[in-house]
Amino acid sequence: MSPPPRKANLFGGTREQRPGAFDSKLLAFAEDLRSEGVAIGTSELLDAFEALGHVHWTAQTEFREALAATLAKSQEDRRIFELVFERFFFRAAEAEASRRGVAESHTGGEATQIDLDTLREQIALALRDGSDASLRDLARLAISAFAGGEGSGVLGVDVQRIRRALGLRTEPQLGLPEDDPRRQGIPREQLRRFEQHLRRELERDLIERTASLPPKRPLTELDRALPTGPIQDLAAVHRVVAQLKRRLATQGHELRGRKRHAHVDFRRTMRASLETGGVPIALKYRPQRPRRPEIFVLCDVSTSVTSASTFFLSVLHALHDAFRKLRSFVFIERISEVTEVFERERDFPAASQAVSRDAGVADVSGYTDYGRVWMEFLALIEDELHPRATVIVLGDARTNGRPPREDAFAAITAKAGRTFWLNPEPRLYWNYGDSVISAYERHCTAFECWRTDQLEEFVKALTAPVTA
Amino acid sequence: MPEHPASVEAVAQGLRQVGYLPGESTALVSFLAAKLGKPVLVEGPAGVGKTELAKALSRYLKRTLVRLQCYEGLDEAKALYEWNYRKQLLRIQTESEGAGWQEVQEDIFSEEFLLPRPLMSAIAAQEPVVLLIDEIDKTDQEFEAMLLELLSDFQISIPELGRIEARTLPVVLLTSNNTRELTEALKRRCLYLWLDYPALEHELEIVRLHSPELDQTVAQRLVEIVQEVRELDLKKPPSIAESIDWARALLLLGAEEINAATFRETMSVIVKHRTDLDTVAERVGVKLADVTPAA
Repeated sequence: MSPPPRKANLFGGTREQRPGAFDSKLLAFAEDLRSEGVAIGTSELLDAFEALGHVHWTAQTEFREALAATLAKSQEDRRIFELVFERFFFRAAEAEASRRGVAESHTGGEATQIDLDTLREQIALALRDGSDASLRDLARLAISAFAGGEGSGVLGVDVQRIRRALGLRTEPQLGLPEDDPRRQGIPREQLRRFEQHLRRELERDLIERTASLPPKRPLTELDRALPTGPIQDLAAVHRVVAQLKRRLATQGHELRGRKRHAHVDFRRTMRASLETGGVPIALKYRPQRPRRPEIFVLCDVSTSVTSASTFFLSVLHALHDAFRKLRSFVFIERISEVTEVFERERDFPAASQAVSRDAGVADVSGYTDYGRVWMEFLALIEDELHPRATVIVLGDARTNGRPPREDAFAAITAKAGRTFWLNPEPRLYWNYGDSVISAYERHCTAFECWRTDQLEEFVKALTAPVTA
Repeated sequence: MPEHPASVEAVAQGLRQVGYLPGESTALVSFLAAKLGKPVLVEGPAGVGKTELAKALSRYLKRTLVRLQCYEGLDEAKALYEWNYRKQLLRIQTESEGAGWQEVQEDIFSEEFLLPRPLMSAIAAQEPVVLLIDEIDKTDQEFEAMLLELLSDFQISIPELGRIEARTLPVVLLTSNNTRELTEALKRRCLYLWLDYPALEHELEIVRLHSPELDQTVAQRLVEIVQEVRELDLKKPPSIAESIDWARALLLLGAEEINAATFRETMSVIVKHRTDLDTVAERVGVKLADVTPAA
């Protein structure tokens, strides 16, 4: 039942030496990676070629790992590498197959003889034991059994239809017999893997039917984005934030070179000069302490930023760990201080619960009213703002048509030393609809912040030493 | 006699024999490092066996391990070489009469008066070594820049003496906990290996390897619990090192199963923060109590 290894055609069968055309394939792959933002220099490419000389490059894992070790030099790059690798070689193999007219042997006849229930069970078992090859075969069977040849033409729809038809769910299904692995529910990870197989096989079918390659789908920002959606994994956000904490803890300690000793400590220099009879031979410097600013954080928790606010709250939590002089506020229509909640609760889930429970944000309509928030903030804090204070606003600047009151915001920024705005929306959407970010951006530094690297940019700006 | 690995399988096999169970990419990258003579940058969370990999490689390749532990403020006098100025002074004093300036000057800046530090002794060794530069992210960027010459050409330039080239090519491993972004220039010269927490079966194998006396079912349960604990949002998730420690602790206590009571007592082996302890007790400990009476 196992299909012929078609990739071997592309890679030149089992021959150990590289076919000449392969070098250009690899260059194209590197070009593809570059277009997705992985910095690959000539030296990396040379390394990759050299490394491939030492591995059995017909073995897929070794081939992939050797490339990854030489081309992708960070965890983020590695993630992009995996996605691009998958896309590139799948397309390359398909293009070659389509050119040579190789097709998978269709298993349509077989499927009718297979009892559908047995198929369901087999797939569930294969998922549990996790062999990729058998999963792939079963995915093909499932497609010919359920998709009925043509399908809807939209891959995502077909995948979900087949999955439902197979009765594969993450939640436990108690109606099933004892020994059925589906009874306890199928782990999300495994389900995702199977869906991937389905998608690939469907795509392959499509290519074979139409004998042409669909246009390349570039990686969307979402593929590599910071997971902020409510359905996405919270743990991933926490990993990012954990790293942020470590960075915050070490930032500012690494001042180097000329910056390290910027100012002569006159008093200590004079004192030291007594040893040399009043001639100031040894200069004493004033140590430059990392800036530990006083920070005020304003965090929007309204419905328009629901997906981002969990992320924002965890950032807030991380900041509380790193900075002692930090006061935090949450707001929707009005403002409410939550500093104490975060200081009392060291544990994130408990803190976020406490915030939603007793923050008591006066929440009549559930719509953000920025103008009002600025006025209240000014009234509360005006006297405490000073040039060494930093104000950070986390929000989407969507006023729901209410007056933005940028004059009040300007008053805040004038009093505070620095003001940052973190916007969870991509820059593309700024100033569309009721977003008034441009009005505020005049008075502060605004960052779009919905990906890890953007968050890091912000942390760099926040912890950058200020020579004042 | 130092080993020369012939294939990836040979490396995997060899590492297994010296008590390190490599993942598929670990064996491959180690193999490439030995073949290409390129340094490897190993990153990953604390306690997944980054340093252990270097030790295992040195055992497997039958090479000495030269280790440089990095810290803030590490400079070349402590990492590369230093002039043994006391000896130089003595030399000048014993021969102060007679000898001309030129003679003495040439003399005291010779290899005899050089104190080799880890990096230099690594490349000047007669037999090839394994060089471990541990926690490179703790150092300053200048130090990284200084390493570049060593890592790409395996040579050190000493102003007074000229260039010292490597007699033998060391296998170099750099580890990083990713507390700061390393420079592009350094990354460019290295192969990259990301070590992550292992999958369940792999970790079980590791635990079994380190404490073979532990009962199979207990070991299985232990690894399951550790994996579960890792899923929680903790300040410091337990690493492989902690699972191994826990296995040893259970062995010492003679525990025959992991129930709520033993878990409570020994929990502190795998969880190292007070707040984490609460979270784990709340989430995992409670579940255990439910399970045990039924079992």
